[in-house]
Amino acid sequence: MKIRLLFTSLCMSLASFLHANAQIDSSLLKNGTKDTAKNALTMDAIYSRPFLKTGKFPVSIGGYIESNWQYTGTSGISVGNQFQFRRFSLFVASSITSKIKFLSEIEYENDPTGDPADAKSGGRFEIEYAALDIELHPLLNIRGGMIVNPIGAFNQNHDGPKWEFTDRPIAMTQMLPDTWSNTGFGIYGKEYTGKWMFGYEFYLTGGLNDSIIDNAAGKTFLPAANANPSRFTSSASGAPMYTGKLSLRNTKVGELGLSFMSDIYNTWAVEGAPVDDKRVAQVYDIDFNTTLPWLRTNIITECAWVYVQMPPNYTQQYANKQFGGFIDIVQPVFRGRVFGWDHATINLAVRGEYVDWNVGNFAATGAKMYNDLWSIMPAISFRPTPQTVVRFNYRRQMQRDITGNTIGAALGLTEGYSLGISTYF
Amino acid sequence: MRKKSAFVTAAIVIAVATLTNCSKMLPKMIDPNYGVCGPVSLSSAQSVLFAQGNDQFFAIRTASTGLGPYFVSTGCGECHSSDNRGHPFTMLTRFGQTDSTGNTFLAKGGPQLQNACLPGFTSQQIPDGASSSKFIAPITAGVGFLELIPDSAILAMAAANVNNPDGVRGHPNYSSIPPYVTPFANAIPRADGKYICRFGRKAATYDLLQQVATAYNHDMGITSTFMPFNPYNYLDQTAPSSPSIPDVDNTTLNSVVFYVRCLQTPNQRNANDPTVMNGNQVFVNLGCETCHKQTLTTGYSPIDGLSYQTISPFTDLLVHDMGQGLDDGYTEGNAKTSEWRTAPLWGLGLAAGVQGGSYYLLHDGRAHSIEQAIQMHGGEAAESVTRFNSLSPGDRNALLTFLKSL
Repeated sequence: MKIRLLFTSLCMSLASFLHANAQIDSSLLKNGTKDTAKNALTMDAIYSRPFLKTGKFPVSIGGYIESNWQYTGTSGISVGNQFQFRRFSLFVASSITSKIKFLSEIEYENDPTGDPADAKSGGRFEIEYAALDIELHPLLNIRGGMIVNPIGAFNQNHDGPKWEFTDRPIAMTQMLPDTWSNTGFGIYGKEYTGKWMFGYEFYLTGGLNDSIIDNAAGKTFLPAANANPSRFTSSASGAPMYTGKLSLRNTKVGELGLSFMSDIYNTWAVEGAPVDDKRVAQVYDIDFNTTLPWLRTNIITECAWVYVQMPPNYTQQYANKQFGGFIDIVQPVFRGRVFGWDHATINLAVRGEYVDWNVGNFAATGAKMYNDLWSIMPAISFRPTPQTVVRFNYRRQMQRDITGNTIGAALGLTEGYSLGISTYF
Repeated sequence: MRKKSAFVTAAIVIAVATLTNCSKMLPKMIDPNYGVCGPVSLSSAQSVLFAQGNDQFFAIRTASTGLGPYFVSTGCGECHSSDNRGHPFTMLTRFGQTDSTGNTFLAKGGPQLQNACLPGFTSQQIPDGASSSKFIAPITAGVGFLELIPDSAILAMAAANVNNPDGVRGHPNYSSIPPYVTPFANAIPRADGKYICRFGRKAATYDLLQQVATAYNHDMGITSTFMPFNPYNYLDQTAPSSPSIPDVDNTTLNSVVFYVRCLQTPNQRNANDPTVMNGNQVFVNLGCETCHKQTLTTGYSPIDGLSYQTISPFTDLLVHDMGQGLDDGYTEGNAKTSEWRTAPLWGLGLAAGVQGGSYYLLHDGRAHSIEQAIQMHGGEAAESVTRFNSLSPGDRNALLTFLKSL
């Protein structure tokens, strides 16, 4: 409720601010347009967004929306036409001095975690990011507040208008907890030398909790921790979560990112008295993106491994190891003037995805545990400007339960169509 | 300009065609013969209740929704995948009873071992001196029909065994029923007040309400008004001293009872295939049908789709001596330790599909093929197994083809 009030008052104050300025001179609002397809490093994505500025006023604002129509069916069962307002995000950035910056992002999101229990509570408002950056040296910046943990590239660079697909990658949002942000502090830095760019990030933040192995999704599910209402004020284990990332980019080859996250996730002590062993969840992630120079083909891929220490005598339904990833291939097929837009683009794209929610074998039989899915999603998108996308996707997905069964709710073959819009504003 | 208009028109036509026809381009419903999900014919109101029960049956329970602290599985659907047979990874263990005098280990956590526990709790152990047996989840589909087989029909099948030349001597498992269970209108109790039970590997459970309430409590550690005490671990010394607030309300539990009651029976596939028909005859000739009855008829039910229906469950709902090989030294009700309820064979051919591509048959999944399951039969089935072993390859193949068609 507090967040809703905060969000409402922020929207109202911004609206009145814009209105007041527009009445004086609408040209005061300058669109700080950025081609969001061209990022220096993925870690810059949080600032690499279009903002509206007013003259020398040190505050700039921006945001994006995502909305789509979807029609999917699984093994002959469909819920019909679904009109979904996925997200509304509002950014406010401020340069306090040339070396001190603040940026915040407040987001309304429907079914952010994919957790059946969480979905019933409907959409929610959340402060996704609100952090202060203090630059001491290009290689040493301090960041503190509500930060987005740099686990994988997608978690850092997930704004809807940047992608040709209405759905986010399943492995990155349902195996990894994208968007995963937390209260904490850390350091980051970058170095540029000719064709090479190097960046690093390291943060200590609040972390996960027991829900990652005790949730209505019935599987090891890091996003379940997103539903913990006290995660911004208290840590379940009392220990910090460590998140780090190294990025290396060659302007001709592409960008490679290696990241990790480690956390003692369980409440192992109650009022100081140990009640359980400490158990660790770790994530390792590798991401890569490049653009092939001749065809301008954009390739983005990421895969991750999740390792979770399990309590003794717990059900194998909850995995101690998961693996998943995706690859996007985006091919511009037309660039030019369309319907009066001078720099419109039409892209063909395809996404391949795979997630194994439970890597390993049954203790009872030695046979392989399944609980996996794979998906392929061709797409066509139209970008009248780099900040706005209209996209049409078709998904074909196969999912099995832990025993390999493909008959049942959400199991078996899923196919569907979606048409969506997303734009920065 | 013309080109642009044509392009726009074509795009609109394609978009409209896609939007209006997309339902026709999606995956088709699975052939009901190859799945066992779905209800019998229901009214609209009954369908709503069935859907509620379906949601609850497949819901995952967590600590915050009552799971544990000691449990076997986190939801009904985890053991009864697609309403069919279970998988060994959710197998449960019962212990503490060796004869009809009852379970002597109730104070030490009997009759069921909850082999999983929430973090921080100690795993339950089988107490010293207690015999035990492992049970894999039986098929759920069609149980509503089995609930409606009149006691008189069960007694008649038992009576027909008296002079069986192969030594088949199946009998009903009479057991006490808990206070919250209401006997069927056509029940035929024994003089000592015990009733004919029919569900579970030992046929020791009376009806589906008892089955569901017990599963919630023993399998998931979830209390209800019917079973208000949590299972506990005597090693932890955390035995509850009074009933808890129910973890699951009666509306939810009753919806699950309604759901399983209304599940359709598995359908036989390729029934008119000559090999299948030959295999059916071999099945009869071997004497399998003496226990695995092909045809039973239900009694009255307020749900039309269940009432007075002829079904093919391939069970007589009696317990039979299966010999030493299947005697684990544990029992329930008045069955002997070597006695097991005749397992319904319907859905047998679909079992591998929900068991990871392998068969895990018999009460604890020890048989990894239908042939192996047959050959592990002993006791009253010994004569039939001898005949099975003498079958020609053609007849053996026909029999197995028939069984896989179920």
